[in-house]
Amino acid sequence: MTMDYAREILQGSPRAVARLMSWLEDEDERAYPVMEEIYRHTGKAYILGITGSPGAGKSTLTDKLTRTIRRKGLSVGIVAVDPSSPFTGGAVLGDRVRMSELSIDPGVYIRSMATRGFLGGISKATADVVKVLDAFGKDVIIIETVGVGQDEVDIIGLADTTCLILVPGLGDGIQSMKAGVMEIADIFVVNKADRAGADQVVAEVCARVDQDSHIKVKDWTPPVLKTVAVEDQGLEELWQAIDGHRAMLEKTGKLHEKRRERICNETLRMIHNELFRVVREQLQDSGQLDNLVTDILDHKRDPYSIMREITGKWISLPQHQKETS
Amino acid sequence: MFDEKALETIKAGKEKWSNDVVGKTLAKNPERKEVFTTISGTPVERLYTPLDVAGLDYGKDLGYPGLYPFTRGVQPTMYRGRFWTMRQYAGFGSAKESNARYRYLLSQGQTGLSVAFDLPTQAGYDSDHPLSMGEVGKVGVAIDSIEDMKVLFDQIPLDKVTTSMTINAPAGILLGMYLAIAEEQGVSFDKVGGTVQNDVLKEITVRGQYIYPPKATMRLTTDLIEYCLKNVPKWNTISISGYHIRESGSTAAQEMAFTIADGIAYVQACVERGLDVDSFGPRLSFFFNAFTNVLEEVAKFRAGRRVWAKIMKERFGAKNPRSMMLRFHVQTGGVTLTAQQPLNNVVRVGLQAYAAALGGCQSLHTNSYDEALCLPTQQAVTVALRTQQIVAEESGAADTIDPLAGCYYVEAMTEKIEAEIMDYLQKIDAMGGTLVAIEQGYIQKEIQNSAYRFQKEIESGERVYVGINKYTMEEPPPQGLLKVDMSVGEVEAGKLKKLRAERDEAKWKAALDKLRQASQTDENVMPSVIEAVKAKATVGEICDVWRDIFGQFRPKEYV
Amino acid sequence: MAKKIKIIVAKPGLDGHDRGAKLLSRIFAEAGMEVVYTGLRQTPEMIVETALQEDADVVGLSSLSGVHNYFFPKVVELLRAKGLDDVLVVGGGIIPREDYEGLQKAGVNAIFGPGTPTTEIVEYIQKNVRER
Ligand code: B12
Ligand SMILES: Nc1nc2c(ncn2[C@@H]2O[C@H](COP(=O)(O)OP(=O)(O)OP(=O)(O)O)[C@@H](O)[C@H]2O)c(=O)[nH]1
Ligand SMILES: [Mg+2]
Repeated sequence: MTMDYAREILQGSPRAVARLMSWLEDEDERAYPVMEEIYRHTGKAYILGITGSPGAGKSTLTDKLTRTIRRKGLSVGIVAVDPSSPFTGGAVLGDRVRMSELSIDPGVYIRSMATRGFLGGISKATADVVKVLDAFGKDVIIIETVGVGQDEVDIIGLADTTCLILVPGLGDGIQSMKAGVMEIADIFVVNKADRAGADQVVAEVCARVDQDSHIKVKDWTPPVLKTVAVEDQGLEELWQAIDGHRAMLEKTGKLHEKRRERICNETLRMIHNELFRVVREQLQDSGQLDNLVTDILDHKRDPYSIMREITGKWISLPQHQKETS
Repeated sequence: MFDEKALETIKAGKEKWSNDVVGKTLAKNPERKEVFTTISGTPVERLYTPLDVAGLDYGKDLGYPGLYPFTRGVQPTMYRGRFWTMRQYAGFGSAKESNARYRYLLSQGQTGLSVAFDLPTQAGYDSDHPLSMGEVGKVGVAIDSIEDMKVLFDQIPLDKVTTSMTINAPAGILLGMYLAIAEEQGVSFDKVGGTVQNDVLKEITVRGQYIYPPKATMRLTTDLIEYCLKNVPKWNTISISGYHIRESGSTAAQEMAFTIADGIAYVQACVERGLDVDSFGPRLSFFFNAFTNVLEEVAKFRAGRRVWAKIMKERFGAKNPRSMMLRFHVQTGGVTLTAQQPLNNVVRVGLQAYAAALGGCQSLHTNSYDEALCLPTQQAVTVALRTQQIVAEESGAADTIDPLAGCYYVEAMTEKIEAEIMDYLQKIDAMGGTLVAIEQGYIQKEIQNSAYRFQKEIESGERVYVGINKYTMEEPPPQGLLKVDMSVGEVEAGKLKKLRAERDEAKWKAALDKLRQASQTDENVMPSVIEAVKAKATVGEICDVWRDIFGQFRPKEYV
Repeated sequence: MAKKIKIIVAKPGLDGHDRGAKLLSRIFAEAGMEVVYTGLRQTPEMIVETALQEDADVVGLSSLSGVHNYFFPKVVELLRAKGLDDVLVVGGGIIPREDYEGLQKAGVNAIFGPGTPTTEIVEYIQKNVRER
């Protein structure tokens, strides 16, 4: 059964892809054996991050950029992330509205995801879902993050090229923007360039890029581009810039470096997540956690020694139940 | 309107009444609710007195009918001269079927026409387009070419009847056809009267029949306005619409505020085009809703007139009083009508029509009792028309002007709604204007929040809705609904095929080329649109030329 | 991680009546579902591709322009053709009661008309949605 999913995905079944993605989102155990099977088919896609404040035009831009990429004969996977409500756990995933016509293009696969409590601007399963699209054979994968404030910058760990979408009317916003958020950009896009003030934003960003050695790095000065996404203007130039960034990454070996770092982080994070899950489940299910917390509250014990005691117990983990064949 | 001393006395009197008389009653019989609110959620007090209108300045705030600020009405004699135009929105199936319905309505005392087009026409697709499948003639009349338009107005004299057409992105095309057939009837452009809705902003926010990106679509809007100024002087070039905003869930004040905000954007666009505000100002018209809460609606209309007059005068420097008049059509509130116990709707519509009359509308559509079931049957539309005829002829509402003026409650509510409108306009200005507010979804979200609140009130039972959450009963399924035959699509497609085969190919092509050329420059497109429709270019073909040049638009849809 | 009901809310055809669809999208999200709102002007193909890519448990169709008999069966047909047989299909809007039976025969699981409390719709979905 599990083998079938992997095969179907590799043979191009969107339905199998869809279900695997759901399992990943649900942290359903059925996902992992399939992931093991398809993993060796990943690593081929080029991964783009589109991030920026709410309403900056990320979805519109993703739609138009995808059309541009399709004209080059490349296939595209899109992962669009929207926030879950912290109160109800539900979500309205509305990014797809802008991409309606792409739904029926067989060379495009769009998946909407809710953050489900994850705070970094993407969701916990986003990285895995990207891998599925990669194995599925999409040439370019675009991740549209949640409309972010200044702290949600997880996209940088996931994308090969990150585009930060800005809009006119930020006032002196650029100067006061946190370094962290400016630094994630490999390409700055000033969208809504039909609005007054676009040139001013461009000038401010350019100035900032020039001053800041964390933004303008060796081998790469992030370009600052203007687009009018609703009118399909500036997209060809954006694609050229992305291509240019990719070429630089490849030529300098930075792409390899980036991916190496990503794999390293991901592997650690997966181990972390799994350890945490297993530990928490067992502590909770046995009722032990409750007792420990009570003890700490009553100052009978301290959390530090408990941490040491428990991690010590878990040094050798039970193998993940894996039903191969 | 009252002097200080009189107010003091009233204040003392009211306090005494509150404490002694009311207090005693309340102790025995508490009121039905702690807080009373209008359907818009505005709190309503137990009693209104001169204290609530103490700031009112008769001359400045109310004035006289036909004079600034037009709070009391836009014409000096209002309905004592002539009733509002009775104009039922109608159209379904083929042009022939709809023509029959128009002639029936005119024979029953309707005094103007109002055309409902089918969705393919409104979206700029011909009847044989793949996206028109299943939709042709379903909820409006299918018009592809000037040939259909001719049939639609067969035996209807266009110099005697005014026609309103609910058409937006393709407004110029349908107007072009209308003008062309008027010409064929021997009626010159300066004798033709009527309205095209031509309000694309509310299509983006609430109605969904957009085609082109905002900038391009605003250009087509202004082209039409400018063309008519010079060539069709009696035409209302736009019907800036709050009706749909309200139907989408807004409050009364939001309806007025967001409509006026749209109006400001259109005026701004025309001014930027270099047009004198007093040239096009008098030809702007409006379209509002009337719900069942009569007094709130009347206050809304009065507040709207006052605000628009001020804006045109103070913000845009209009000098011609006609530019300052908020002239409007009203349609009764479709969304207040229920599928349950449909005959109850007759009563709702009666009250709503009464509100429109007391509120000083210039024309009126009354909904049919089968509103929530199907397009109006002939029987239902007859009752609807009779309803407004009864309001006009029997209720007395038409015999004196603005009869509710001076009513403490209505005046206080008028002021309150005015303040709410001004507050919204200020917020929208601060955002950078209407277009930006729409782009950011501000207007859409405000409307949806109101719709959501209303739904919650109904479901919790907090607000009574007769037949829905109180006084409900079992009913047999409704019978005799109006149905439009699926075959209209095929028939229309057949007609199109014939038209395309028979028209003068060279002339048709030349006309479309010319249109393309005009559209690519900043030349006014209207003359070449009229040439194109005369050369039998179809709605879809013309819209395609523009799709090609301007691209298609899909606005963000906020939930 | 708790499983969430994933529902597509779609407006087939040229119909612009979206008050009900948007209201329900919000209500569904409030009930803890993940709602993919497709927006207006959807062809049956778009709706079904969306359902497929999103692995939707439920497809909700809203139609107020008298085209339900044309669109709803097409959507069900295409869902089946893609092997999405266990997707719950619900609809609402202006649909004459005499059409309910035909639509149900065509595979629409339930129809809800004007005035239906949204709680009733949510309950129906929660009760009838598939296991995944
Ligand atoms: C509001 C309204 C409008 C608004 C729409 C605003 C908006 N953004 O939605 C405006 C004014 C723009 C409008 C315009 C038109 N309208 Co209109 N409109 C209505 C009206 C009065 C109410 C609809 C409504 O929103 N109700 C409130 C919501 C909450 O209820 P609801 O949608 O019915 O949803 C409930 C149920 O049906 C169900 N439900 C609905 N969808 C779904 C989906 C799922 C998945 C589920 C489970 C349940 C469900 O659950 C909801 C909760 O109870 C109806 C008549 C009526 N009273 O119903 C006419 C009506 C639908 N309109 C009609 C027409 C003809 C038009 C036009 C096409 C006219 C024209 N030719 O131009 C235009 C064009 C609109 C367009 N662009 O497509 C006709 C349709 C006739 C038909 N089907 O045979 C109606 C029936 C009126 C009539 N009798 O003539 N309209
Ligand atoms: N004027 C103008 N408006 C634009 C442009 N691009 C997008 N918009 C509008 O900006 C609004 C937001 O666009 P989206 O693409 O939904 O923005 P987003 O960043 O994906 O929004 P979230 O996902 O909600 O954060 C919409 O109203 C778009 O029509 C542009 O280039 N010019
Ligand atoms: Mg988005």
